[in-house]
Amino acid sequence: MSSATPQTAPLAINWFKYASPQTFFPVAGALAPWFAAIAAALFAAGLYIGFFVAPTDAQQGESYRIIFIHVPAAWMSMLIYLAMAFWAGVGLAFNTRLSGMMASALAPSGALFTFIALWSGSLWGRPTWGTWWVWDARLTSELLLLFLYFGFMALQAAIDDPRRADKAGAVLALVGVVNIPVIYFSVQWWNTLHQGASVSLKSAPTMAATMFTGMMVMVLACWMYSIAASLWRVRCIILERERRSDWVGEYLRTPQ
Amino acid sequence: MNWGSIAEFFAMGGYGFYVWGSYAVTFALIAMELASLALRWRAARTKS
Repeated sequence: MSSATPQTAPLAINWFKYASPQTFFPVAGALAPWFAAIAAALFAAGLYIGFFVAPTDAQQGESYRIIFIHVPAAWMSMLIYLAMAFWAGVGLAFNTRLSGMMASALAPSGALFTFIALWSGSLWGRPTWGTWWVWDARLTSELLLLFLYFGFMALQAAIDDPRRADKAGAVLALVGVVNIPVIYFSVQWWNTLHQGASVSLKSAPTMAATMFTGMMVMVLACWMYSIAASLWRVRCIILERERRSDWVGEYLRTPQ
Repeated sequence: MNWGSIAEFFAMGGYGFYVWGSYAVTFALIAMELASLALRWRAARTKS
């Protein structure tokens, strides 16, 4: 082996090294079980606080306990979209293969949380508002988010060449980003049946401390779960796409 | 502790259908995602 190795400063981390699917594959495999284990512990703790520690709500009775799944899911639906669009944009800018794989790996989890947010919201709206659904700005823009995820996945599935599918999906994902601030600020910009934010960085949460704690533990649990699921899915995608490379052939021949 | 009995816990103050309907679908979907990941992983590991 002679000249071909690039020289880097000894202390600088070469981030592009981790942009290679081959180097990221074992890293993702080592990290995913830890995130999954932390997620399981946090789900258990969050549900315990949510059902056994947090008190009954004075106005809504027990129906408010849907909050422990609704708010985390709604936040994840927006956050995963931002992460997906970020990786899609990085892929377009630097033409790195792994970025496109990350975007594709995030989409199904994002769609899952969007559906959960809509579903739990509907089941919460019925007893508190008297209706399963209303076409107000918050609900409509969240439904649009679900269609953006579906559109992203359908578009990628329809294009055979994965690199072209990455590019087409990236354009769609980046255009769709405008919907995220619309969802987030819809309750301020328009008159919505949906209530305004109960939690903000600027003021204290407008709920009991134990309710808030339970909700934030569930938020963290959903974060950890999403990271674990996406890392696992990106490992599947790497194996599927790099099937013909030498290192995958060697990996598949090695008994695990 | 909020609940006097198991029946009270499941009744959720009359909102059992809405509360448990939310949680049941959530965890069913998460289980489905994990199952589909396991299938995809196995297929990616074996098909060559």
